[in-house]
Amino acid sequence: MRTILTIAAKEVRDGLRNRWVAATTLLMAALALTLAFLGSAPTGTVGAGQLEVTIVSLSSLTIFLLPLVALLLSFDAVVGEVDRGTMLLLLSYPVARWQALAGKYLGHLAIIAFATVAGYGSAGIALWATAPEAAADGLPAFAAMVGSSVLLGAAFLSLGYLASAVVRDRGTAAGIAVGLWLVLVLLYDMGLLGLLVATQGQGIPGGLLDALLLANPADAYRLLNLAGSDAVGRFAGMAGLAARGALSPAALVAALAAWVLAPLGLAALALSRRQI
Amino acid sequence: MAETPTVEAHGVSKRYGAHEAVRSVDLTLEPGECVALVGHNGAGKSSLIKLMLGLTHPTAGSLRVLGEDPAGPGAARVRRQLGFLPENVAFHPGMTGLECLDFYARLKGVPTRGNPGLLERVGLPREAQRRRIGTYSKGMRQRLGLSQALLGEPRLLLLDEPTTGLDPALRQGFYATVRELRDRGATVLLCSHALTELEGQADRVVVMNRGRKVAEGCLETLRRLADLPVRVRVGVTGQEAADLVCDAYAVPRQPGGRAVDLACGQDEKLSLVRHVLGLGVALRDLEVVPPSLDEIYAHFLSREDAACAPS
Repeated sequence: MRTILTIAAKEVRDGLRNRWVAATTLLMAALALTLAFLGSAPTGTVGAGQLEVTIVSLSSLTIFLLPLVALLLSFDAVVGEVDRGTMLLLLSYPVARWQALAGKYLGHLAIIAFATVAGYGSAGIALWATAPEAAADGLPAFAAMVGSSVLLGAAFLSLGYLASAVVRDRGTAAGIAVGLWLVLVLLYDMGLLGLLVATQGQGIPGGLLDALLLANPADAYRLLNLAGSDAVGRFAGMAGLAARGALSPAALVAALAAWVLAPLGLAALALSRRQI
Repeated sequence: MAETPTVEAHGVSKRYGAHEAVRSVDLTLEPGECVALVGHNGAGKSSLIKLMLGLTHPTAGSLRVLGEDPAGPGAARVRRQLGFLPENVAFHPGMTGLECLDFYARLKGVPTRGNPGLLERVGLPREAQRRRIGTYSKGMRQRLGLSQALLGEPRLLLLDEPTTGLDPALRQGFYATVRELRDRGATVLLCSHALTELEGQADRVVVMNRGRKVAEGCLETLRRLADLPVRVRVGVTGQEAADLVCDAYAVPRQPGGRAVDLACGQDEKLSLVRHVLGLGVALRDLEVVPPSLDEIYAHFLSREDAACAPS
């Protein structure tokens, strides 16, 4: 465990040194604050529900931004170190391959978690300062949104690690990372929507739709936040989908957790077989 | 402690796909011994080191390092007592030299207190230790690489091209450190593709070519095995004397009139010198040049190549 923490701490320090942490945190905070204040414009200044609107806007933003940040952090994690030769030196120490992977992953996850909590937290605090009682009601949903955002980041980190552990070339890993983002974040939903429209909502049984939504971490996250609570769902226009589907929040969290663990496990397997 | 060999390899082979990187190598390294592993790039030196580090499994044969299988469950124990300097060592450019060494010391479970002193010993003064590695020259990175290999009093040091980028003074300092460790009972394996530099440093030399061990022994043994001719350079005064010497030994006449080169076997050099002195020719100088290490090395490699060539 000490070994893993040592490597994680090194990874965090690297992130601080090359300004990754600062840049990501600032980006998240700036966007969150903008959305928190501009986003409430359509509902006027009726205090109630202001936080819910912010949650809807923030989680829509998270779906695009956080996977991208996570993939950018992770695509180079294994293949880059092997390429530079630092992995060879690291593995000549009493460090098992899975420990090297876990340590780096933990460090990257800490960076993502810090950026998300600090960035979105600052928006939460700003809202609370302007309308304390309204913010208090929405706090659980807001906390759940921040927590699940970290989980979404973790899932895409895992996917990035898998890509990085499998390929021989850094360029390929970068390409796969961009491809993953395009497919999972943009194209998947379009395809699903197209399918629903083409079959006029009749061709796909509900069970299959649920399965398809769970098969993409971004969709699991979307459902969890946009349809999770009634108050939020009303704004998001996802209430219908949530009422129809049989997916409980627990199932969605479990799906996200599976998206964290499965690719990471496969990455560890790939690294253990890799020729260093 | 019983003197078990630090490294024991029996018939070790490693194949990557169709490429045979190491072919049935037998090698024993004893404690307190400094052994040089010499060969071209791609001769199998780095593959052999990776096997000793436990980063790959041998395809055939058995290998034990410090009494354990380096790729087995005891790997962590082996690596804690092992120092490794890779060829073209690389570090994370964002860290300072001292932070980097502290990081590796923590991984090895070694206290970090002695690190500034260790860095100074390899030639990185305190102000350089606090600079980022990204600003280091090649030589400074190499020194940092050496320092991490020396962490925690290793019992086995695997050094791949350790002195590239070091100036002569630092090189001497480096070899002094290696000798000191060796005298305290550590085993040192130096990899190089040049032999000359290792003269006087290595107790034993192992020559590798195409994955095979082609020769082994101390430098004197290798010299005898190679049986290359000794050159006797006779300094003469004038072309007339030169021609006389050439005719006496039936070698083609050599222009220049200052020196004549003769060659003979190891055993004949004394009698040749005696004979030259007895010629009655006015001599200016007499020099006996033993075959250089590079010549010996080239000899072993070319012999092996000839053996491998398709007939």
